Amino acid sequence: MATYPQEQARPAVRPTLSERLRGLVPERWYIHVLLWIVCFIIGFPLFYAILVATQTNSDIYAYRFLPGSSLPENWNVVMNIAKLGGYMVNSLFIAIVVTVGKVVLSLLAGLAFVYFRFPGKWLVFGFVLITLMMPTEILILALFRLVNSLGWGNTYLALIVPFLASATGSFLFRQHFANIPSELSEAAQLDGATPMQFLLRILIPISWNTIGALTVIQFVYVWNFYIWPVLIINGQERQVVQVGLRTLMGGDTQTRYGPMMLGAVIASIPPVIVFLLLQKQFMSGFTLTRDK
Amino acid sequence: MQGWIPALILGIAALLGAVFLYNTVGRGHRASLIVLGAGALTGVAGALLFMLPLNFCTFEQEHDIIDQVFGVLLIAIGMAITLLPARWVLTRLLNKQSFLAVDASPGAFKGIILPFVFLAPTLIILAVFLYYPSLETFRLSTLLARLGAPRTAFVCVDNFTRLVDDSTYFNTVVVTLLISLAIVVIGLILSLFVAVLAYQPVKGARIYRTLLIWPYAISPVVAGVIFLLMFNPTGGIINYGLDSVFGIQIPWLNDPSVAPWAVILASVWKSMGYNILFYIAGLQNVPKDLLEAASIDGANLVRRFLQITIPLLSPITFFLVITNLTYAFFETFGTIDYLTGGGPLNSTTTMMYRIYQIGIRNNDLGKAAAESIILFVMVIGLTVIQFRTSGNQVTYGA
Repeated sequence: MATYPQEQARPAVRPTLSERLRGLVPERWYIHVLLWIVCFIIGFPLFYAILVATQTNSDIYAYRFLPGSSLPENWNVVMNIAKLGGYMVNSLFIAIVVTVGKVVLSLLAGLAFVYFRFPGKWLVFGFVLITLMMPTEILILALFRLVNSLGWGNTYLALIVPFLASATGSFLFRQHFANIPSELSEAAQLDGATPMQFLLRILIPISWNTIGALTVIQFVYVWNFYIWPVLIINGQERQVVQVGLRTLMGGDTQTRYGPMMLGAVIASIPPVIVFLLLQKQFMSGFTLTRDK
Repeated sequence: MQGWIPALILGIAALLGAVFLYNTVGRGHRASLIVLGAGALTGVAGALLFMLPLNFCTFEQEHDIIDQVFGVLLIAIGMAITLLPARWVLTRLLNKQSFLAVDASPGAFKGIILPFVFLAPTLIILAVFLYYPSLETFRLSTLLARLGAPRTAFVCVDNFTRLVDDSTYFNTVVVTLLISLAIVVIGLILSLFVAVLAYQPVKGARIYRTLLIWPYAISPVVAGVIFLLMFNPTGGIINYGLDSVFGIQIPWLNDPSVAPWAVILASVWKSMGYNILFYIAGLQNVPKDLLEAASIDGANLVRRFLQITIPLLSPITFFLVITNLTYAFFETFGTIDYLTGGGPLNSTTTMMYRIYQIGIRNNDLGKAAAESIILFVMVIGLTVIQFRTSGNQVTYGA
């Protein structure tokens, strides 16, 4: 946090009018003004989307900058006709399972990399490291054939299992654990702790920042799944919300922007909540690992 | 094909491999003969890496010069893949450094099996769902294959060499590079400006930072949906604003020369939160006393920024260039699909979008796999650059 210079001791003279006025304006007011402008510009698209979510098409074309009256009607379209609620539940389920799975597997991998000596460690480490160069997007066609031949087409398994391992997470924890003084694990061993006890009782409680940071990164990552579910999931029963938004985009009839924007806003709520809740951990976790 | 062609190729590969390893490792060493032999073997293995699966098909007589050039390129890449690790291994062997010795990490637990138990789920998933599909993508790229069709046909490297004189593919590459470049340059400049502003010690700085970083949590698809409304030529707020202030209307989504800018603006908006976060983290590590010293020496605000802050931020800038390029390659897919659908006239069809169009919509798996491999090579290049330079990143303070 910023520190402020201590205020000078005030002389016991009655302040003049201009001095009193100056007290009302915050120090460095122009920075506040600039920050307000930038925040407004960055926030504007979402602000505008929320506004339109309450309007009809004719309100939009008239550029009314006041909330309209058709929020209930738009809500009806989004929830009952496009059935976005079901997509939201699917996305939430997948995002939570994959995020928890990734954090757990990454913790175990970090534990193995830092607190064990085993032959071929560098080879195993390299095996994980190289996967950073393999974006799933590029492999999507081969992955599609593989997952289908496993009989996982159109199932949650297809959306969850291939994404449970995380090279980023393994490295994040490896880095974090490597910075923890080794006296800690020595002491734990003297007390007869098993590796799992050491992980659960000591490592996890002092790693909440890193866990929080990884949770935000992975939750947002999974929530944004788009091209893969388009491919592997057909039908709306198990489809994710990013694809479900398509049903709000016109098609044969003219697009109604109100429901579309309401859908976009609703689809943004869970990741934004996760981000806001874990914001502190996210930022400090990132600062720590900036030079990975 | 005459049998002597593979033999000739392997002979040359053995010679080159031996010369390379001898010159870089073995010269003057007692074991130089062993190094020569190992070099020859590794060279042959490198040449065979791609040629064995392809069965030297690029050098068959019915193939033209492009295929042959491509074949030579593949042999060169294969040899690089085997020879560079071989040099590293040999150097360690000759210096008597062991491979099995593990770093003497203090406080390690006992057990050889247990770490593998902990690593097993990660390793299995990476092997099955990343390594195997990677190899499969290489295999697919040599096939004429259709989604759902059981039969495939081997077509050598046709899927690649046909791209050479495919003008729409060339166009896609140019579009991808221009959009990516614009996203990186515009995004980073704006983000640095905002980060410097948000770094100022004013009241409520934390609240401002939250308000600036939250678009990180917005999905590329939602960015596409929202900007689709804002760029709408008839009801869009951006044209309304432009019209009432400057009296101009821009056909954002219908004009091939403007549509990429719609994608760029939406993507920059979405990616700025991430960039600002990293720049604020970086600014926290710029030593204050250095700036104060410069200020005492009479350097003004602009000079201090240009000559101290920016150079000290260069490692972070570099990291962000790489991550933003990866973002521009892949994650713009959702934005593009909702905002422009690759149009008008393919002006916003990026390489990733084209892979989807060709592989899924046109159902041509082999060709799409070949284009995936080209994108793959670009990503590997980026990552290698990142690894090579992140090793000697400057760390200050902390």
